Amino acid sequence: MSALSADVIIVGGGFMGAASAFFLRQRGLSVILIERDRVGQHASGVNFGNVRRQGRFLPQLPLANRSREIWGRLPELIGEDLEFLPTGHLRACYSEDRFQMLEDYAAKARHYDLDLELIGRNALHKRFPFLGPDCIGASFSPYDGHANPRLAAPAFARAAVRAGARLFEQTEVLAIDKTDEDFEVTAAKGQVFRGPIVLVTAGAWGNLLSEQFGEPAPLAAHGPQMAVTEPMPYALKPVVGIAATNAEENVYLRQVKRGNIVYGGSRRGPAYPDIRRAYVKPENSLNQFPQLSRLVPALRRLSIIRTWSGVEGYLPDERPIMGPSAKVAGLYYAFGFCGHGFQLGPGVGDVMAELIDRGQTSTPIEDFSIARFQKVVRLSELSQTAGDTPQ
Amino acid sequence: MNGQFHRLAEQQRPSIAFSLDGQAVTALEGDSLLVAILAQAGHLRVSEFGDGARAGFCLMGACQDCWVWTAAGERLRACSTPLIEGMAILTKPAEDAWLIP
Amino acid sequence: MADPLIAIVGAGPAGLRAAEALVAAGLRPVLIEEGQRDGGQIYRRQPEGFQRGYRDLYGSEAERAARIHELSEELRTKIDYRPETLAWALADQCLQLSHRGRSDNLPFDALILATGATDRIMPLRGWNQAGVFSLGGAQIALKAQACAIGRAPIFLGTGPLLYLVAAQYLKAGADVQVVLDTAPPSRRLAALPQLLSRPGLLWRGLALTAQLRRAGVTLLRGVTPLEILGGEGGLSGLSFRTHGGESKTLACDAVALGYHLRPETQLADLAGCAFHFEPETRQWLPEADAEGRSSAQGVYLAGDNTRILGAEAAELSGRLAALAALEDLGLASDETERRRLVTDLARMERFRKGLVQAFPWPHHFAKSLPDDTVICRCEVVTAGDLRQSLDLTGAKEVNRAKAFSRVGMGRCQGRYCGHAAAEVIAAAQGVPLETVGRLRGQAPVKPLPVATERVVA
Repeated sequence: MSALSADVIIVGGGFMGAASAFFLRQRGLSVILIERDRVGQHASGVNFGNVRRQGRFLPQLPLANRSREIWGRLPELIGEDLEFLPTGHLRACYSEDRFQMLEDYAAKARHYDLDLELIGRNALHKRFPFLGPDCIGASFSPYDGHANPRLAAPAFARAAVRAGARLFEQTEVLAIDKTDEDFEVTAAKGQVFRGPIVLVTAGAWGNLLSEQFGEPAPLAAHGPQMAVTEPMPYALKPVVGIAATNAEENVYLRQVKRGNIVYGGSRRGPAYPDIRRAYVKPENSLNQFPQLSRLVPALRRLSIIRTWSGVEGYLPDERPIMGPSAKVAGLYYAFGFCGHGFQLGPGVGDVMAELIDRGQTSTPIEDFSIARFQKVVRLSELSQTAGDTPQ
Repeated sequence: MNGQFHRLAEQQRPSIAFSLDGQAVTALEGDSLLVAILAQAGHLRVSEFGDGARAGFCLMGACQDCWVWTAAGERLRACSTPLIEGMAILTKPAEDAWLIP
Repeated sequence: MADPLIAIVGAGPAGLRAAEALVAAGLRPVLIEEGQRDGGQIYRRQPEGFQRGYRDLYGSEAERAARIHELSEELRTKIDYRPETLAWALADQCLQLSHRGRSDNLPFDALILATGATDRIMPLRGWNQAGVFSLGGAQIALKAQACAIGRAPIFLGTGPLLYLVAAQYLKAGADVQVVLDTAPPSRRLAALPQLLSRPGLLWRGLALTAQLRRAGVTLLRGVTPLEILGGEGGLSGLSFRTHGGESKTLACDAVALGYHLRPETQLADLAGCAFHFEPETRQWLPEADAEGRSSAQGVYLAGDNTRILGAEAAELSGRLAALAALEDLGLASDETERRRLVTDLARMERFRKGLVQAFPWPHHFAKSLPDDTVICRCEVVTAGDLRQSLDLTGAKEVNRAKAFSRVGMGRCQGRYCGHAAAEVIAAAQGVPLETVGRLRGQAPVKPLPVATERVVA
């Protein structure tokens, strides 16, 4: 066989692709990982860095738990900790009905071992005195935390390469064709990669490839509106988010050990997959400011020193696409993580490797099948009655 | 302590009182905060990352190396802030008091 | 049709001359200045109440400075002048202007960027200590505040500013003992033909050197700086190798450091202007045509933020950019004058190339910087940190290296470490500098307080 073939060809070197490559190698499968730019350069590298489970869609918690378990033993697995700090995640709220929602969530999440702790107003301000007076309660998830997204995908890719995976950066995949047995993956510079299995982990560009197999996904690109303050003495330990009643309120923040406060949220910004760029709208930065000060008033005294964004893929139901193709044997997908994929990264890699290796996985992922969008299309073709959204 | 800066002219200006790390000091009307401090001290602040004292670098608002604190917890860029009578300046923040006012 | 709105960022010689030309055309431009007073860095004004005269402050440039200040007074009622205003972002043909804690949107039809330059820095061991200032900073201390940066300063680096600032200190009564230039003496002679394109300026430069020599100042050329020494009590000395290879240490309590200038290009970057790599100066510069048009529609570049031509050229290029903007907006614009300005600027460009040759950027120092030399003073990233990160990650591009090592990630956004970091990367990875790229600009252009309020129209 030529050097350009492997058991699994992974298209897309973000966190999902890099983690999948690593765990596939752990299982002894040969892997080629192809990235159009540089590993982790897009959404994987520029997101907030939340290692958060609480607040997730409940059926996603087994996957998030599997991932959290891996986060805890990164040094032994890949030789780096990615600056993961299990500081706890605090989800505050400004209204009684949101507190009720947090309580409901905690009750339902009890089966998933998050150990959520609900904290009422007085206890909250005593324990987290940096919160603003508008905060009336919170849910604390003690084992969640945060990590450095810039390091994550590259570190997994390096570990995969050390374990024998072959990495091709700056290699743009133009087409994937299924021949009798194998897939043929053709890149812009003329290389052809062959293998019996293809895993598409191409983020906001994933649907360009799934489309080639008749499985379009209604993927939209948005840019998170990230910023960072000047460094301050390290004092703000948990990640802080808000159970918001509207998009504007929805900011989240964390302090890194070096002292800077990283934050994002409120409205999303424009992203342009075709030029691979996303932008922070200056007015979004200004609109974030009062929300930050409302949540943690001391931030009002700081200055921000940098803003950034990146191209993230979103699906209309805010759930990713993950699992086997519904149409083509040997084809797998893991993309469109709707701005909440960072915590899941290691777990997605582990589950996709298991799925590809064993044909099944012990972690339920049916809710994320690409088939759910084909159903939508067929149903809407059957009944043209306007406004009738299939559930 | 000797100041880092050395006045060469324009010393007939009225003097202005302010405080530096709790000490009552004076400088001259028309001084930038950076000059007012460095006329009597060797530095403006301490680097966050353990490499010692800093006294600014560019004096033109580009390098951002001269941010100091007021006793009230505000931040000022010393090279581009004029000295005002009665300012209370700190060269370092009180550890984690910044977070919980 | 309403008059087009033309915004100018920077009220130095380029910005003021641009405003003058637009006013003459019957427009009322918006002139945005971050500082409290206009004049730019070169004709920077001292605060109210200071007594020194123009001759003291600006030396041979006194008349030029006076004319610029008069022009600024004259324009005051004819333009929309906005001092103490930071243009912190630029998106969708709109500037974001922050003034006294409030930020407003300014949509423009044309934008003239006249944001000037800052010192270009090659780090050396110990440059991150209190008491080391940029040459430009040392000059501001004197011009704007009548202070010397120390009682026994050493002037180190290369470029015309090195000699100018040392001579200004000497004239103001400072104890100037030594000027250390990294440019080898032979480079001056080779540059002479180009430098003769502006004989007056060349003469003034030579006169500065002569003044310093007459006053007994030691001028050493072709030096290799080694370390700025100091401790708890401040700086104590500077060690270097002479052109002849001899190691020396001189006592000092302050160092003024700079290797000529680099353009201030953040807004041009946010505007989407294309940049090109200039091999002679080993840096990326925003592209502009002969009249100052950038590659971005409606965005013009004037003064030192495009290439370092100096103050006199800034006046010309400011005026020219304004005339080009008028032409592009379909308004009256004197073509003959534009041609004349282009010709004058071409002569100054020859002189610039001469300066570049006479005072080269000492890129070769980057390779041998000891591992414990701080490169990025904001984030305290050392040469060793950077090299180690490159070894681990294989990064060969500067933004990539920044993501992994934090070099250039701090408050100044790489203004002072970006060029040196790129050189360290090129040397460590054995790749040509141009392939290392340049640090991308990101809003806010300068730190922006979270307390900033949005002005809603």
